[in-house]
Amino acid sequence: MSLTTAHSVIEPTRTSKRIAGAIVVAYALISMVPLFWIFATSFKTPPDSISYPPKVIFQPSLEGYCNLFTTRTRQTREYVDALGPATTLCDEITRRRNMVIAGPSNYWPRFINSLVIAFGSTFLAVSLGTLAAYGFSRFKVPLADDLLFFILSTRMMPPIAVAIPIYLMYRELGLSDSALGMILLYTAVNVSLAVWLLKGFIDEIPREYEEAAMIDGYTRLRAFWKVVLPQATTGIAATAIFCLIFAWNEYAFAVILTSGSAQTSPPFIPTIIGEGGLDWPAVASGTTIFLVPILVFTILLRKQLLRGITFGAVRK
Amino acid sequence: MAEIRIEQLRKEFSGFTAVQNSSFTVQDGEFFVMVGPSGCGKTTTLRMIAGLELPTSGRILLDGEDVTMRRARERDIAFVFQLFALYPHMNVRKNIGFPLLAQGMPGAEIRQRVEEVAKLLRIDHLLDRPVSGLAGGDRQRVALGRAIVRRPKCFLMDEPLGTLDTEFRDLMVHELRELHNRIRATTVYVTHDQMEAMSMADKIAVMNHGVIEQFGTPREIYDRPRTMYVADFMGSPPMNFLSFSSGLAKGDSTVAILGAKIAVPQIREDVPLAELALGVRPEHIRLDDASPIRGEILGAEYLGTTQIVSVETPGGLLKARIPADEHVTTGEQVGLALSGGHLSVFDRTSGRAIETALFEGAAHG
Repeated sequence: MSLTTAHSVIEPTRTSKRIAGAIVVAYALISMVPLFWIFATSFKTPPDSISYPPKVIFQPSLEGYCNLFTTRTRQTREYVDALGPATTLCDEITRRRNMVIAGPSNYWPRFINSLVIAFGSTFLAVSLGTLAAYGFSRFKVPLADDLLFFILSTRMMPPIAVAIPIYLMYRELGLSDSALGMILLYTAVNVSLAVWLLKGFIDEIPREYEEAAMIDGYTRLRAFWKVVLPQATTGIAATAIFCLIFAWNEYAFAVILTSGSAQTSPPFIPTIIGEGGLDWPAVASGTTIFLVPILVFTILLRKQLLRGITFGAVRK
Repeated sequence: MAEIRIEQLRKEFSGFTAVQNSSFTVQDGEFFVMVGPSGCGKTTTLRMIAGLELPTSGRILLDGEDVTMRRARERDIAFVFQLFALYPHMNVRKNIGFPLLAQGMPGAEIRQRVEEVAKLLRIDHLLDRPVSGLAGGDRQRVALGRAIVRRPKCFLMDEPLGTLDTEFRDLMVHELRELHNRIRATTVYVTHDQMEAMSMADKIAVMNHGVIEQFGTPREIYDRPRTMYVADFMGSPPMNFLSFSSGLAKGDSTVAILGAKIAVPQIREDVPLAELALGVRPEHIRLDDASPIRGEILGAEYLGTTQIVSVETPGGLLKARIPADEHVTTGEQVGLALSGGHLSVFDRTSGRAIETALFEGAAHG
């Protein structure tokens, strides 16, 4: 660094900017390697996926996706040859392995379960969280600090610690293996996070806005709806993403409480491995598709998310 | 438009009294200013009139109707906040029209009313702009527009010029007063700035520690302060106080101070021996070498047309406002003449003004 060039204390120098940039790029690349590997594996054939040394350049195949969406039965060569011409690409790929498609797999129903449960619980947690946060932020709630601490404390224990009691309760209540049960459970876990995050955001919205609206003839509820909510969208979006990511990825409760009709994708995807050897491309394609909703949601809300995670750091 | 009557209004927060038994009446069409230092209870009083706080006791009457416990939205008043509270997610037009929307007014009528008001405030060219990009003065006008558009019974303003820079503030003081002259709406205005209060108000209430120290026209407040606090708070530099102890009798027209007899407005009450103070405004002091009150000049602040001269006397520091062309030198010994007809006498223990002939001029002041 030359001593002759004057530079401000706050403005970083070119060199330090470059170093910082290089670190960020390197970190991003390292974090993206597993994602890239999953994506690449999903287009490999099963032999390519387990070849050693690993193949970076390979002939892409849709076998993983075909295997993901179907269940297959193994047949003799003669039986397969005796069949008529293959009607679909997946038919053809399957027959090459001496198998025929028996029917659709459970992947889509499980995926839809995940969508319903994750978005449902996110919606509930954020709605309840917003109302509770508004209440704590604006009204004199008796024992407000203790209540807030209690809400936070529900988050201190790992949720899985209560898995067994919840399993027993759910069995009694008939909520086991039901979408409603899972929505309620994830809502309960997420609502504490939602209250705390949203209280911070709502505290930052000056009361004068609602007071102005209430003097101008609005009820508190309408003032909340017309004035507070539009200004809390950043916080709501950021909170929604955090809740969604938790509910979408949650594995342990899903394994214990769902097995059939309400099973979500995370416990389902590993079961693919068992069907006819270590079918890594099918697992990888299941994972790839599983990543899409969060990716889309995050990209759509990236502006709010960025402002959300830096909130408090920048004065409006 | 309406008259606002406040009766024995009191507000206690946990263990702290913000407003103590205030009573006053704002006449229909009056521009009323509550002035005082921060924490004196003026904003709390305003918020109680608005319905944003409920009083601990007392009554608030709007046009003779008791609204003490009514909700804010049922009082038909408009409020202008210090930080304007313009809704950032709406443009200027929607901000101004927002109160009308609450009444369920048809869109075409809202449009028309909003445009009328925008013209009145000369912001019609800004109607479709987002509020975030507006300059301070324009934000202020939008906030006023939102208040005016509803044609409410009265306007309440909480330091609406507090965040503007000085230049803009002078302009807005003038504009606000002009606007008031045009629409003649009963207005309650809160400020900590005594200059703002003096230049805009029809009536002023000076508040301190939750108590109204004095209520009256700007002229009464300035010329005939009822308490030492008011005398000190209003005016820049504030009123000078010369301490002395003496007894006074009804009919006296001089007081003995610093070995001199000073003419004062005739005393109207008997005062047993007490710690007193003679109050004199800086502009009522002249340099006069014949005067028995003497002091040493400590310095002078040159203000163009006048200068403020600080003089150390045996009775304390005095600030005199004298013509700028009078030549003074620091360290010089001078005599000070006080203009007798304008002097106030205070009881220093209670801070209360002693009754004198000064207050009898009040009726035709």
